[in-house]
Amino acid sequence: MRHTIERPAPAAGADVAGSCEMQPDGSWQLHLLVSDVTCGGCVRKVEEALAAEPNVLSARVNLSTRRLALNWQGSADLANAYVQRLSGLGYPASVYRTEALLEKDKSVEKRLVMALAVAFFGAANVMMLAWAVWAGHFATMGQGTRDFFHWIAALIAVPCIYYSGQPFFSSAWRAMSKRQTNMDVPISVGVVLTTAMSIYETMTSGPHVYFDGVLMLLFLLLVGRYLDHKVRGTARSAVHDLAMLAGQPVNRIEADGTLRSVPPEKLARGDLVHIAAGERIGVDGEITEGQSSVDTALIDGETTPKDLAVGAPVLAGTMNLTGPLVAKVKSVGEATVLAEIVRLLEAAEQKKGRYRAFADKVIEWYSPTVHTLALAAFLGWWLLGGLDVPEALMIAVCVLIITCPCALGLAVPITQVVAAGKLSRLGVLVKSDTALERLANINAVIFDKTGTLTTLQPELVQRPNDDTAVRLASSMAAASRHPLSQAIGSLMPDARRAKQVEEHPGEGLAMPVEGGEARLGSARWCGLDADALEPSATSTSQSGLETEVWLTRPDHEPVRFAFAPVLRPDALETVKDLQAHNIYVEIVSGDRGPFVEAIADQLGIEHWQAQSTPADKITRIEALQTQGYKVLMVGDGLNDTPALAAADASLAPAMAADISRRAADLVFQGASLGVLPTMLSIAARTQRIVGQNIAFAIAYNLILIPVAVAGLVTPWIAAIAMALSSLIVTGNALRLDGLNPFQAIATRANPQAAINLSRPIPAGQR
Amino acid sequence: MDVLLFLIPFALLLSAVGLIGFFWALKNGQFDDLQGAAERILYTDDHPEHAEPNLDREREP
Repeated sequence: MRHTIERPAPAAGADVAGSCEMQPDGSWQLHLLVSDVTCGGCVRKVEEALAAEPNVLSARVNLSTRRLALNWQGSADLANAYVQRLSGLGYPASVYRTEALLEKDKSVEKRLVMALAVAFFGAANVMMLAWAVWAGHFATMGQGTRDFFHWIAALIAVPCIYYSGQPFFSSAWRAMSKRQTNMDVPISVGVVLTTAMSIYETMTSGPHVYFDGVLMLLFLLLVGRYLDHKVRGTARSAVHDLAMLAGQPVNRIEADGTLRSVPPEKLARGDLVHIAAGERIGVDGEITEGQSSVDTALIDGETTPKDLAVGAPVLAGTMNLTGPLVAKVKSVGEATVLAEIVRLLEAAEQKKGRYRAFADKVIEWYSPTVHTLALAAFLGWWLLGGLDVPEALMIAVCVLIITCPCALGLAVPITQVVAAGKLSRLGVLVKSDTALERLANINAVIFDKTGTLTTLQPELVQRPNDDTAVRLASSMAAASRHPLSQAIGSLMPDARRAKQVEEHPGEGLAMPVEGGEARLGSARWCGLDADALEPSATSTSQSGLETEVWLTRPDHEPVRFAFAPVLRPDALETVKDLQAHNIYVEIVSGDRGPFVEAIADQLGIEHWQAQSTPADKITRIEALQTQGYKVLMVGDGLNDTPALAAADASLAPAMAADISRRAADLVFQGASLGVLPTMLSIAARTQRIVGQNIAFAIAYNLILIPVAVAGLVTPWIAAIAMALSSLIVTGNALRLDGLNPFQAIATRANPQAAINLSRPIPAGQR
Repeated sequence: MDVLLFLIPFALLLSAVGLIGFFWALKNGQFDDLQGAAERILYTDDHPEHAEPNLDREREP
C-alpha cells in the first residue's frame, strides 16, 4: 500500500507507461526488474507468457541481473497490461531505472576484461619465447638467436603492457598528481621500471629480460581488479535521485485560470497549483479546493492513505491518489520536508563515506614503506655495495615486484567475491565494498515495519460468501485506484468495470442500482453504525487490526470485507534467531502505534517506536550507536532512506523504493527474511578470512623483503613467489564457500508459511 | 632454425585470432548473462521468437 508509484501493479495501478522508450523502428522498449526470477524455469515462464501476448516483439530475461528487456508494438500503455500479466504469474516487476548507471559500469567492466584478455595474450606468447630462451641457457642457443627472441618478446610485450596496464597507470597517475599514493603506485612503478630495464637489456644484448614476469603480474592483478569491480557494483548517489524527484514540474494555475507547467523553483509562496489524481505533489502547501486520498508513505511511512479536504496541509513528495486538488503553495524547493530528507540523507552518506575498507587502511602505510625500502635497496647497493646503476636498479625492481601487493590486492576482493556469490545464491545482493566488513560487527537490528516485516499488500481475511455481492463489489472497485479497491477488484478480475461509479475521496464509492444506490466503503459511508452492528459480523475480528470495507445494497444485508497486514514469511523465526544470537532487535516505524505494537507483540520484540519521522529514525539509530551498538537498518521506504544511510549497515528488499535500494548496502530478493542471520554469519566469517589473508600477505612480505633487498632474488623468482602467494590467498577465500552453519534456517524459508496476523499464534510461540 | 620464422608468427597469429574472437564475443554481449545461458540450453523446445522476434509473427494470420 505504500509507495504506490514505485510498486508494480496491482499494488495501486503503478503506471509504468511513462518509463517506456520509443525505439527507432517505432516499437516500445521497457526494462523491468523481475526480482523473483531465480531459475531457468522462471525465465522460461516469464518469456513465454510475454511472447504469447499479441503485440510483444521480444521478451528476454537476464538471469544474472534479473532484468527483463521487453519490446512491443502499439501503444506505450500496453506496458501496464504486461506488468499486470507478470504480476498475475507471480512475478511482480518494477521499472529498472538504473539502466544508464549500469551501462557505464558495464563499460568499465568490459574495459577491464579486455585488458585482462590482452595481458593473457601477451603473457602466453612471451612466456613461450621465455621458456625457449631459458632452455637455451642450458643448451646451445647462440647469442644472436637469444637477442632475436628478446626482440620479438619486446615487440609483443610492450604494446600489451601499455594496453593492459592502463587501469593501474591511470589510477596511479591520478593519485600522484594529487600528491597521494595508492596501491596502483607501487604496481605502476614496478611495471614501468621492470619493462624499462628489460628493454635496456634487450638493446644491450643482456642475458635476462622480464617481460613475461611483468605480463603475468598484470594478468593476476587484473583478475583481482575485475573481481573487485564485480563486487563493488556502482557508486550510486541516492541523493541525486531524490533531488530529481523533487525537481519535477508542477502545474501552476495562472491568473486567467489556465494551467501552466513550471519547474518548482519558479513558484512563489501563495501561488495556486493544480494536482491531478495520480500525480506526485511537488510543493508543500494547503488544500484550497477538492478532496482526495493522499499517500504520504514516502514522507512519514504511514501505510493508510490520508483523506484530506480543504484546509489540510500537503507535502512535497506525497502522492495524490483519488481526486484532483488545488493547493496554495507554502514552501517550495529547499524549504520542503522532502528537501529536509535529502539533507538528512546527504549528511548520513557523508558520515558513511568515512568508512574505509580494511585493505585501504593497510595500503596507506604499506605503499610508502615499500617505496622507501626499494629506494634504500637501490641507493645502498649503488653507493655502498659498489654495484652499477642497472644492477642496483634490478634489485630495487625485485623488491618492488616481490612486495607488489598482489596477495594483498587479491586478499580482499577474492574473499568478497566468494562471500558475495554465496549471498547472491541466497538472494542477497551486496552493493557496497565495505558492507560485509560493517555487517560483521552488527549487534543490533532495527526493522521498519511495512514492507520489511510485513508484506506490502494487506491480505483479505474475510470476504462475503455471497458471490453476487463480491461480483458487484469487484466491478465497482475496478473503477477506483484506492489500494483497497484494487485488492477487492482483483477478487474477480473478470467482473465488468462498472460505468456509473462515483468516487467520494476518503469515504467510498457509490453506484446507482435497481431500487436505490449501492455503496462500497467505510461503515460511516455505507450508513452503518459500527458499534451497533450485530456481534456475528465483527466476531471474526481477532486483533482489531483489520481495515474494513462494507458493501450495502437496497434489500440486502450489508456485507463486509476485512483486510489485515501479513507478516513476511520467516519474520518470526528470523527475529527469534537474531535474539538467540544476542542481537538486539527493535522496530522503528512511521506507522501508527497500535499497528506497530501488534506486530512487535506477534514477533516478541520488546522495544518499538511508532510514528517516527525520518529524523526520528536517525536519532534512534544514533542513540543506539552511542550506547556502543553497531546497527543494521532494514527498511524499504523513502522515509527510511536517511536511516538506511545513517546505520552502520543497511538492508532493503528488492521491491523497495528505488532510492532506498540505492542507499542500502545490501538488497535482498524474494519474500523471506530468513537469510538475515545467515547473512550476518557469512559476513563475520568473511571478515575473519580477509583478516587471515591480509596477515598472510604481510607475513609473506616480511619474510621475502630481506631476501630481495639482499639481492638474492631474480625478478623471475619474485614473480613465481608472488603468483604462489596469490594462489594461497585464493584457496583460503574459497573455504568460505564450504560454509553452511545456518543451512537449517535457509531451508526453513518457506514462502507458503506466511503468518497471518489475525490468526492467533499458539501461546508457546509468543 | 629457419622454421622459427614461420612458427613464431603463426603462433602469434593463432592467439591473435583467439583474442579478436574474445573481443567480438565480449562486444556482442555473450558474457552478459552467464547464468541464463546455462539454463537456456536446457529448453527442450525451440522458441525462435526469442531470437528472431519478427519472423514468426509475420507468418501468423
